[in-house]
Amino acid sequence: MKCDMILAGVGGQGILSIAQIFGYAAVESGLYLKQAEVHGMSQRGGDVQSHFRISDKPIWSDLVPMGKADIIISVEPMESLRYLPWLNPETGWIVTNTNPFINIDNYPNVDELMAELKKQPRCIAIDGDGIAKEVNNARGMNMVIAGAASLFTGLDINVIRKGVEVIFGSKGEEIVKANLAAINAGWEFAEKNSKK
Amino acid sequence: MMILGDEAIAQAALDAGISGFYAYPGTPSTEIMEYAQASKVAAERNVHRTWSANEKTAVEGALGMSYAGKRSMAMMKHVGLNVAMDPFVNSGVTGANGGCIVTVADDPSMHSSQDEQDSRILAKFALLPILEPSNQQEAYDMVFHGYELSEKYKTPVLMRVTTRLSHSRSGVELRDPIAPNELKLPEDKRQFVLLPALAKKSYRRTLENQKKFMEESENSPWNKYIDGADKSLGIIACGLAFNYLMENFDGVCPYPVVKVCQYPAPKKLIARLASECEKVLVLEEGMPMVEEALRGLLDKDIKVLGRMSGELPRDGELNPNLIAAALGLKETIGKDVPALVAGRPPKLCPGCSHADFYAAYVEAVKDKYGDGHLFGDIGCYTLGALPPFQAVNSCVDMGASITMAKGAADAGMFPACAVIGDSTFTHSGMTGLLDAVIDKANIVVFISDNSTTGMTGGQKSHAEGRLYQIVKGLGVDENHIRVVVPTKANHEEMVKVITEEIEYNGVSVIIPQRECMQTLRRKTKAAKK
Repeated sequence: MKCDMILAGVGGQGILSIAQIFGYAAVESGLYLKQAEVHGMSQRGGDVQSHFRISDKPIWSDLVPMGKADIIISVEPMESLRYLPWLNPETGWIVTNTNPFINIDNYPNVDELMAELKKQPRCIAIDGDGIAKEVNNARGMNMVIAGAASLFTGLDINVIRKGVEVIFGSKGEEIVKANLAAINAGWEFAEKNSKK
Repeated sequence: MMILGDEAIAQAALDAGISGFYAYPGTPSTEIMEYAQASKVAAERNVHRTWSANEKTAVEGALGMSYAGKRSMAMMKHVGLNVAMDPFVNSGVTGANGGCIVTVADDPSMHSSQDEQDSRILAKFALLPILEPSNQQEAYDMVFHGYELSEKYKTPVLMRVTTRLSHSRSGVELRDPIAPNELKLPEDKRQFVLLPALAKKSYRRTLENQKKFMEESENSPWNKYIDGADKSLGIIACGLAFNYLMENFDGVCPYPVVKVCQYPAPKKLIARLASECEKVLVLEEGMPMVEEALRGLLDKDIKVLGRMSGELPRDGELNPNLIAAALGLKETIGKDVPALVAGRPPKLCPGCSHADFYAAYVEAVKDKYGDGHLFGDIGCYTLGALPPFQAVNSCVDMGASITMAKGAADAGMFPACAVIGDSTFTHSGMTGLLDAVIDKANIVVFISDNSTTGMTGGQKSHAEGRLYQIVKGLGVDENHIRVVVPTKANHEEMVKVITEEIEYNGVSVIIPQRECMQTLRRKTKAAKK
């Protein structure tokens, strides 16, 4: 078993909390893990990414080789496309939030951006913010995306749920429940939409 | 334990009985100190772990602790080592007493830096042994090895890492902790005295040690000859490059490989590779140090491939694909980035005090005298060079804003302004301001004070609460030290103050003072809990 992922977003959107939950699940499942993060200047509103690799065999490189990623997980639609050179062109999935984060003047036309996402052969485009609100977890967009992406990681969803319980445990039962609801909603959306 | 490369180094130092960490924040090295500061064990043992004013004071602090017989570590980014070069190079001559490791995190590809120099070359210049781990576990284990080496030969040791290891997380197995050293002064009480007569002796001892360092490298557990059947090519893989090589062959390389993680580069292992193989490909992160040494001045006898011959790019960090290309393997790259994807450069945060300062500067100076009058420095405010302000005209090194403004004023430029952050000012700006005061230079210095070391994530600033006193103490006329609060509401007042000080012929210091939005947010959050 191996799964190479690129987590993408804009500095400050908190892609690392997704990594934290998958990381917990990977370790709990006895897998090897390597995760390269971006710290420093780009965290000030620039594009950020994390290379996240899990495998049942030792992992060599901290970076995912180009064309070998199994999933691009993005909390922002344009950012999901920035890492296409890393995605396996034959088998790779994109799981992305559809709500743009616009902090630049030359952000592309949103309709054209959505059309570009539609062109991608294996893409789960999900209204992460909308679904998070539906399950009464307005700040749970990340967890919706994490839930949707879970489907493609090879990780057991129950272990991922346990990760949410452990990682958010210190913040109280309410927050754990809200995040579990977001994870479940994302998972269900992906399951429905990956098999059309 | 699932930890960053940086954190593995800090954890290892704690487990190896360290008594003091000394550092100034700098990406990608910052997390070493942050980990030590958050460590319960470090707190219980009262390990020194507060920030230093700059990298020079950090290395000197670590050397002092070594003098007292205890284990110490100084940490910094690659350009920080330039600031620390004086004690660093001379520590090669004084040697160490307690184990002393200088950990430097290089940033090839300049993810968060102004250049991509290679610290291995500077350690070679300082005649120090070098350790360069290829993964988090090695980073952990090598700290123990580094302290043993340091105490065995009474020499400081360089631990060189790069961004990808510093900021990558993986599992690390820990060892049983070692007790810290007792306080023990050096046997030779003049060991650290570099008076010419004594220094000559010490220098000869350092030179003698070089042979032993080579023997250590040749027998190091970190340097390995891994045989391969195909002798048409031999590969030297240094540090992290070893992983990228193995990634391409799933752990079994058909060519013989020499893995190099301890320097001086192991001559015997490399000689064997060169004699057995038709060509030698050198894979190393940073500058072509090993490659250049292998080529020699005449570049003949062995055919060497690498960054200098174009198999690999001359600049930028390595990755699995670049190494695949150098080996002639199939390109795996995925689809192109669609044309509509726009660049997203970093920018000042919403509500940032630097932004309000720049708005006032642009109106008071840039719009009036044109672009070209503001020397910049290192920190978040360097982003004032980009739109919308496009106000900053230089970014060279820590503290250079003030001294470059002075130099330009000496040349007759008017107005000559400098912008520097509070932490950068106490790092390297104070001495430059003293130069300006002594010469009565006609400059305006903006110390954009957000009361933190912002760019690296909000570490405590030495300037906090004492900036005005420092500036006054350096001799700036009190009438021309102006503290303002940079907000939109105070825009007109700031423009007025700047205009007045531009017109004053002498040293003016304007301190726009308002807390960083990031640290404010964190503090507010913490207060709620």
